[in-house]
Amino acid sequence: MLYREVGEFKPSYKKDQQTFPIRLDRYGFYTVLAFAFFVVPFLINDYWANAILLPFLIFGIAAIGLNILTGYCGQVSLGSGGFMAVGAYACYKLMTGFPDLNIIFCIMLSGGVTALVGVMFGLPSLRIKGFYLAVATLAAQFFLIWVFNKVAWFYNYSASGQITAPERTLFGMTVSGASATPEVAYLVCLSFLVVMALIARNLTRGSVGRKWMAIRDMDIAAEIIGVNPLMAKLTAFGVSSFYVGIAGALLFSVYLGAVEVGEVFGIQKSFLILFMIIIGGLGSIFGSLAGAAFLVLMPVVLKNVMVGQLGWAVDIAAHFEFLVVGALIIFFLIVEPHGFAMLWRIIKEKLRLWPFPH
Amino acid sequence: MESAAFFYGMEVFLNGLMTGVMYSLVALGFVLIFKASGIFNYAQGVMALFAALTLVGFQNGQIPFSHLINAIFGTDIHHFGWHMPTFLAILFALLVMIIFAILVEKLVLQHLVNQEPIILFMATIGLAYFMEGFGDLMWGSNVKKLDIGIPQGGNLWIEESTAFLGGEDFYGFYLDTLDIYATVIAIILVAGLVMFSQYTKTGRALRAVADDHQAALSVGISLRKIWVIVWCIAGFVALVAGIMWGSKSGVQFSLSLIALKALPVLILGGFTSIPGAIIGGLIIGVGEKMFEFLIGAPLLGGATENWFAYMLALVFLVFRPQGLFGEKIIERV
Repeated sequence: MLYREVGEFKPSYKKDQQTFPIRLDRYGFYTVLAFAFFVVPFLINDYWANAILLPFLIFGIAAIGLNILTGYCGQVSLGSGGFMAVGAYACYKLMTGFPDLNIIFCIMLSGGVTALVGVMFGLPSLRIKGFYLAVATLAAQFFLIWVFNKVAWFYNYSASGQITAPERTLFGMTVSGASATPEVAYLVCLSFLVVMALIARNLTRGSVGRKWMAIRDMDIAAEIIGVNPLMAKLTAFGVSSFYVGIAGALLFSVYLGAVEVGEVFGIQKSFLILFMIIIGGLGSIFGSLAGAAFLVLMPVVLKNVMVGQLGWAVDIAAHFEFLVVGALIIFFLIVEPHGFAMLWRIIKEKLRLWPFPH
Repeated sequence: MESAAFFYGMEVFLNGLMTGVMYSLVALGFVLIFKASGIFNYAQGVMALFAALTLVGFQNGQIPFSHLINAIFGTDIHHFGWHMPTFLAILFALLVMIIFAILVEKLVLQHLVNQEPIILFMATIGLAYFMEGFGDLMWGSNVKKLDIGIPQGGNLWIEESTAFLGGEDFYGFYLDTLDIYATVIAIILVAGLVMFSQYTKTGRALRAVADDHQAALSVGISLRKIWVIVWCIAGFVALVAGIMWGSKSGVQFSLSLIALKALPVLILGGFTSIPGAIIGGLIIGVGEKMFEFLIGAPLLGGATENWFAYMLALVFLVFRPQGLFGEKIIERV
């Protein structure tokens, strides 16, 4: 079974337009999904879930969100950390305000709230472009964090200023709170990621996505051929913030359980997510996930090697991590500015001709 | 009572001006590089941190990478055991920044010629991360005290000589001597830069490159040489900024966050204007101090300084996207 389009006949338009047109790709995708849903939950333990899998799934969602805005619509945002905080706090207020509401709805509604906030901060993008917009989104980042620190209503007047997720169940299993098991948390995050990645993939292929890309490639030209920049940019901000907000809500309710806003959603997180999509590949769903996996795994690996194997102090390992991340980003930008996604694409192109390239 | 409150407001205003000068010092480095190469150098703040770390390291005779060497070889070394005179240490730190500039050009910029501005911007973010880790590995990450002999603390002379203004409740303007020095140094620095770019051959070449890369190339100006020179100058400005900020609040990680504060300064002033950077810095400095004093602290619960600058920039941008002194943006298909 070779990796070929040849010999695959598409008798209907629907078949021709499917997400994975090559059979091997499609089967590979189903295998990965089946493995993730039916095998991993039996192998998972606390360490794997908390150190690698949950952060990967959650930041994967956030990276897809930012990629929609930056990679597909060309609007650079440094406010993802702030928007994640909106998602987390909206989720907290919904969970405590409506104890009977199912947690899945809480998370989705907090995505909606974040989308509204995102659209509000996206309004200036109609006049501001490029770096200027990046700085404008910094305003969102710092302002939102400040609001969540100062306005006691958001953290229900708790003395510590922290928010703590109450216990909620789904089909009789604990999802959030102290007694949640890693399997359930993993499955919830995975389901969210899979559904949202598929939605994102199809959004970006449809007319909305093509409008975003037209704006990205050249906004004035796009306007001339009839793309409404107001709608295109605001929908990009809205959808992107929806994703980022859901990631924030999951991070708070399912993964961390308790959050201090300045620490968890600081400017460093915004940069982290931005790096994920740069290293992974701008304008690619697969790239967002690859970048998220890479940046979640790399510190764990570095730490294991340096602290575990070589016996170095933790702070030296942390400095080394900075150095390696920085060097890798520069390296990737020089060698392959389009990230892992491009490498993957090149590999697939080569595979099609293998073993007899021209 | 009325007049005392007014004069306290004045004091806040003056202190805002001083803070603004410090912001301008960082913003200046941004403008220099942006003008000459169109690169928005996010690493400018970290360069200031790195320069200050290097300076302190040389001053105290620290052994570079001592933590790393100790961790690998199990040794226990920290200091050479001597203290370098400040002047010599500054020269050495400058030398390190120049070597750094050359390396950046050779290893990074040269490979990224003709890339989109956003890619270059990302590369400088990578550079910032790299330098942060590198600086911490080289000199250790503890907060260091930087003392190069500039006096610190409130200036008594100003305080006493202005005390009569506000009546009984007013004790005179409290101004930090260090800030006053910083202002003087910033003025000298800007004057020096202007002289350099107006009256020297290299300066003229710099301005030519800033105007038009292609035209500059065609009259025989080497772009790569200019870039090295610009990064050297930016390194020098970073060193000055690092010295001033380091003496003020200690050499520590938060120095690199000042780079973020410099962004709204640039937006107000425009990315391509040196006077713009100065005036933008002053507006931001005064604006955030006055806002905190008049509205933030009494009405909003304080700590508004964290976001005021960005919000001001955001509102400002909506009305004037190219900044106060920036060149008008004309877009064509």
